[in-house]
Amino acid sequence: MSDKITFTIDGVEVKAAKGQTILQAADEAGIYIPRLCNMSGLIPYGSCRVCTVIVNGRPQSACTQPAAEGMIVENETEELLTHRKNIVDMLFVEGNHYCMSCEKSGNCELQALAYRFGIAAPKYPYMFPNRSVDATHPDIFIDRNRCILCARCVRASRDLDGKGVFEFVGRGPNKSIAVNANARLKDTNLDITDKAVDVCPVGAIIKKRVGFAVPIGQRKYDTKPIGSEIEAQNK
Amino acid sequence: MAKPKVATTSLAGCFGCHMSLLDIDDRILKLVELVDFDKSPIDDIKEFTGQCAIGLVEGGCANEENVRVLQDFRKHCDILISVGDCATMGGLPALRNTITLEECLNEAYLDGPTVYNPDGVIPNDKEIPLCLDRVYPCNEVVKIDYNLPGCPPSADTLWEALVALLTDKPVSLPYELIKYD
Ligand code: SF4
Ligand code: SF4
Ligand code: FES
Repeated sequence: MSDKITFTIDGVEVKAAKGQTILQAADEAGIYIPRLCNMSGLIPYGSCRVCTVIVNGRPQSACTQPAAEGMIVENETEELLTHRKNIVDMLFVEGNHYCMSCEKSGNCELQALAYRFGIAAPKYPYMFPNRSVDATHPDIFIDRNRCILCARCVRASRDLDGKGVFEFVGRGPNKSIAVNANARLKDTNLDITDKAVDVCPVGAIIKKRVGFAVPIGQRKYDTKPIGSEIEAQNK
Repeated sequence: MAKPKVATTSLAGCFGCHMSLLDIDDRILKLVELVDFDKSPIDDIKEFTGQCAIGLVEGGCANEENVRVLQDFRKHCDILISVGDCATMGGLPALRNTITLEECLNEAYLDGPTVYNPDGVIPNDKEIPLCLDRVYPCNEVVKIDYNLPGCPPSADTLWEALVALLTDKPVSLPYELIKYD
């Protein structure tokens, strides 16, 4: 008996190894399911819901849901696109995203999703929250205006660097990314070579003295939509 | 047949979006074949002379005059377009939105490190439009029909959108032309 699982995504047959999530199997099959908090190498967290797919008629997050034999998964539907757009819209308006002066612009996964979805402007009113910047560390700063609470840094610092520099504090609209129980970044043992510094999908954790190193036109998402590298395997 | 009219304005913007419009280079000759400019800094017409097909608005609303001009544009333009990040999301002027107006004025006229203001006066002439409590994206003030983000939107973005609208085609811009920086 084969230990492969067979299921379908939008009618296309996909094989998965036992224990793989829907998202992992889709990646290997060259099918892109949009995602934000998920990153390969990090323990799935399932918080952003951008990867929501319909599994046998019910919404599930593809990054946490294991593939199962015979599953019928819907991914590229009008309804799911609207749902994903809404999430991206909300992430834009509930932070302060000044892309024109953000070092991450062009390489930012949030922005790239908005581009891929063809969002010219969010449909919700901007909230302009008051958020802080921590620039105390000699090599790295945190700009909470751009943080989308994906917990990639939390997971990377804890699970890959073995440090636990980052954690969330507060709840609901007051939830924010903090370092070692509200100390300043320079009081932590965060190092420029830590994995946690490289995983932020947005411009909330930034290395100092890099600035706008790559010219416009040559950045990751300037000409190629996010996800096209996964879809390319399919061509 | 009379050519459709286009109006443009810069509210709380830096004129960068207008510069980008001029960046269409020699296509500007085609543009003047397609349209007449009405109220606009490009021809320096100060007031609307009639109804316009398209209004291009650069900048958000930072003061009461911005609001009046924007409402005037809505009244006189069949299609109203937010051009650039300031119009669509407030842009850099909106950086003041997390700071009270009083603090902003104090910093600008009293407390800032380079301020020279021996009388300690904050300008308050009735000729000067009153600042709003914060900067408002255009779509929070009037209905906006299209958004062309970018700081500024590229000349190609503006050109493609204008040509599509003027030739009755849907505005569906290619991936490279919707950018936020
Ligand atoms: S983090 Fe991304 S979306 Fe936010 S300002 Fe920077 S580039 Fe724009
Ligand atoms: S700082 Fe970056 S990686 Fe950490 S939670 Fe915020 S967005 Fe995610
Ligand atoms: S990527 Fe699955 S919930 Fe965020």
